[in-house]
Amino acid sequence: MIDIGLGHYLTLGAIIFTIGIVGIFLNRKNIIVILMSIELILLAVNINLVSFSIFLGDITGQIFTLFILTVAAAEAAIGLAIIVVYYRNSSTIRVEEINSLKG
Amino acid sequence: MLAHSIFFYTFSLIAIISAIMVTVSKNTVHSVFFLILDFISISCLFIMIGAEFLGMIMLIVYVGAVAVLFLFVVMMLNVAQQKNQWFSARESSNHIPIGIIISTIIFFELIIVIGGWKFKPGLVTSMSLIVDKNITNTHSIGFILYTDYIHIFQLSGMILLVAMIGAIVLTFRQRSGVKKQSYFSQISRERDKSVEIVEVQQNKGVKIDD
Repeated sequence: MIDIGLGHYLTLGAIIFTIGIVGIFLNRKNIIVILMSIELILLAVNINLVSFSIFLGDITGQIFTLFILTVAAAEAAIGLAIIVVYYRNSSTIRVEEINSLKG
Repeated sequence: MLAHSIFFYTFSLIAIISAIMVTVSKNTVHSVFFLILDFISISCLFIMIGAEFLGMIMLIVYVGAVAVLFLFVVMMLNVAQQKNQWFSARESSNHIPIGIIISTIIFFELIIVIGGWKFKPGLVTSMSLIVDKNITNTHSIGFILYTDYIHIFQLSGMILLVAMIGAIVLTFRQRSGVKKQSYFSQISRERDKSVEIVEVQQNKGVKIDD
């Protein structure tokens, strides 16, 4: 309990990952919160990589965390641009009203 | 060691509570604020564990760029006042219990994997690049990032370029009926297309713009 090891950090990553997945499943409001949940999931992955990198003494995990940061920033920019375009066209981003792909 | 555990539990508790508040908060602006709090506490954890460079980079990239981008879009789209309705939806949807079940299963799978790692630590013994304790974290990252991973590094730069061009192309709107300067046609204008020397006969005018 006092001695903080690798398992504590991995458990924290697992909890934040699960919260992100719950946020994607249960969200009924708008798509921006879903994007934020995706950011939470990427954050949990970063926690895992950094803690493995520190506790195993291998710096490669931190390098890959850097690349995940890059991809997360690009993903946020593109996703928000798509949301802005969608809002301009149909003036809503509520999840339950975006159903034009339903067929 | 006691201070380490106290700081770990404090920051991780703040991180978990703010992550929950991101998903259940009624106001979207509050969700963005809790996302910022989450990023800050996780970067404090990173700095505490010894990955200082990544902690600072997370502060700069996530809090300084991504969260501000989220705030811009939330305030620009005027969706901040839309109330969160997933507890009291109009029609009762059956995806909430399914979502909770799937999330629980995923969580327990992750816990099982972590337990296997914890109780059998000799499973993976690959240490390709040993961390040197004498140089700083930033120094060692720089040593490896610019030598062994230089191609992936430049590829990530290309990803950022593609993302920037994509965002601009997506949100660019061509308005019709607005007079604009066309720099290219101004610069590429030449003498023989714009000026003409005409012989003017006496008592007869010159016909322009035919």
